[in-house]
Amino acid sequence: MSTHNIKVDDHTGTATTGHEWDGIAELNTPLPRWWLWTFYACILWAIGYWIVYPAWPIPGGFTKGMFGWSSRNEVAQNVAELQQLRAPGVAKLQAASVADIEKNPELLAIARQHGGAAFANNCAPCHGAGAQGAIGYPNLNDDDWLWGGKSADIQQTIEHGIRWDADKDTRSGAMPSFGKDGTLKADEIKNVVQYVRSLSGLPNEGGADLAKGKQIFADNCAACHGAEGKGTQEMGAPNLTDKIWLYGSDTATITNRVVNGGGGQMPAWTGRLDPVTIKALTVYVHTLGGGK
Amino acid sequence: MATAQPSSIWQKHAVFEKNSIVLLLGILVAVAIGGLVEIVPLFFLKGTIEEVKGVRPYSPLELAGFNIYVREGCYLCHSQMIRPLRDEVERYGHYSLAAESMYDHPFQWGSKRSGPDLARVGGKYSDDWHRDHMRNPRAVVPASIMPSYPFLEKTPLDYSHIADNMKTLSIVGVPYTQEMIDNAEKDIVAQTSGDAAVAKRYSNAISRDIGGKPTELDALIAYLQRLGTQVDFKLYDDKANIR
Ligand code: HEC
Ligand code: HEC
Ligand code: HEC
Repeated sequence: MSTHNIKVDDHTGTATTGHEWDGIAELNTPLPRWWLWTFYACILWAIGYWIVYPAWPIPGGFTKGMFGWSSRNEVAQNVAELQQLRAPGVAKLQAASVADIEKNPELLAIARQHGGAAFANNCAPCHGAGAQGAIGYPNLNDDDWLWGGKSADIQQTIEHGIRWDADKDTRSGAMPSFGKDGTLKADEIKNVVQYVRSLSGLPNEGGADLAKGKQIFADNCAACHGAEGKGTQEMGAPNLTDKIWLYGSDTATITNRVVNGGGGQMPAWTGRLDPVTIKALTVYVHTLGGGK
Repeated sequence: MATAQPSSIWQKHAVFEKNSIVLLLGILVAVAIGGLVEIVPLFFLKGTIEEVKGVRPYSPLELAGFNIYVREGCYLCHSQMIRPLRDEVERYGHYSLAAESMYDHPFQWGSKRSGPDLARVGGKYSDDWHRDHMRNPRAVVPASIMPSYPFLEKTPLDYSHIADNMKTLSIVGVPYTQEMIDNAEKDIVAQTSGDAAVAKRYSNAISRDIGGKPTELDALIAYLQRLGTQVDFKLYDDKANIR
């Protein structure tokens, strides 16, 4: 049991709280003064804060503070400052054509920096951080283009996307599903697949009849991929004679393309990105190495 | 029992310290005052949730996707809240508005960003990309640390409770009409068989033809593709809403 008896402690000269347990008393040591004053100062600071910043709800709204601060105003201002900082570079990019930008080393540096940042944020998840591509997502460094490697083609692709239904000017046209819809029978598919492989010098797997494959190709595929299989950029039909593959060159992958058809989609960027950023991206992609 | 009489009001705390029920009541009163002052005015301030054109409740398919998002704990790595800060607005687009998540129960603002904010991911990628990415993120983003969710595309979506789910949400204020609830299952089939009818009840709902038999992944993608696409910021008046 504790007893209650306030005494002054002999050793420290401080009063006890009056609690005592088995002869052990609790000192009622006051808070250090520096701590107490800091505490009071914090309360005063808070009151100052209420006056300077928006704080209290009141009927019909809330106190706006002395300077009318708001987070939305602040971000608008910060973004405006940033835009002002960029304005000289942006104005130059706006005024120049893609060809002019590429001829002028200073403009090229601005465009590649601006475009590179936008690429990392928006394009890299599909095309890879180094634009090296992935299965189904083309490499943008090489000079093998599905839809054209001139800067105007690239800009069109970025602005309106590929097979992106939400954009009415998008690039469109997909490969039919020859197997699924029954246009070609299994052995016909086998022959044409091996013929396609032979176009880039790959060996005939499974003893297909290449002569028959060639005929099937001429009848069914040449309209898009060209009589020699060199592709047609207006339709986004790839060149099948080079060693560059969007999906892969093994028999199973090519068979899957012929059976299921279809085509990759890329989002349209008009609206999401502003015109100068799209121009900078065009320059960036066009100067990656394979631009025509 | 006390021998010393409290000499000033500051020593009255002895009453609280000696009596646990009184202490408990005291704590309740103190916390309640804090809560009342901070929360109650929000119910009456007009600006708490500004009304924004275009925000509608989730279609049943999107709602099913939302439930999967919550179930898989995607919020543990992804926020859905673009804060009004310069760098965030630069990277993700317009800062999030309260109205954009007003029909989320529970809201998915999150506070952890191991991955990027997803508040405006809708329309940024293709459905195919999401498929590749959810199956194995490393297939498209080699350095990704996001887990793979290959089972989602193998699991048929169970939407037998979606109408009940919508009914429950309508109790907490999501404006689902009786017509929407009655047609919930039909709308899921419509939205996955390319039938544009679903857009009549849910404006701008994207319908894709995947044979009317959605997997969990299809629902999740429908949800992701809707994120942040409801408000047309070309029409949204920033200045009018500065607060
Ligand atoms: C959702 C994934 C995705 C994103 C994001 C994406 N792309 Fe693409 N892109 C593709 C696909 C898929 C293709 C190929 C489409 C096809 O099969 O024809 C493509 C094709 C292209 C092409 C045409 C290549 C050629 O050979 O003609 C260019 C140029 C391009 N993308 C640039 C970009 C830029 C710049 C960005 C960023 C603003 C971007 N892409 C973002 C998926 C994407
Ligand atoms: C209507 C036009 C069209 C026809 C006809 C067509 N293709 Fe295609 N093909 C395409 C398009 C477009 C692509 C690119 C798909 C993509 O970008 O995702 C393609 C892609 C391919 C690919 C993948 C190439 C790669 O780099 O991975 C192969 C292989 C192919 N086609 C073979 C054929 C064969 C064989 C036939 C005939 C049986 C055929 N195509 C008929 C349009 C066509
Ligand atoms: C362990 C943390 C983690 C979890 C859990 C996680 N993610 Fe991710 N996510 C990431 C990281 C890191 C990235 C960035 C790299 C990448 O694109 O894969 C990412 C990227 C993404 C992206 C692309 C965003 C963009 O703008 O590029 C989407 C969409 C996404 N995640 C969806 C999901 C969904 C849906 C779930 C739940 C099923 C989920 N994530 C769970 C870490 C995570």
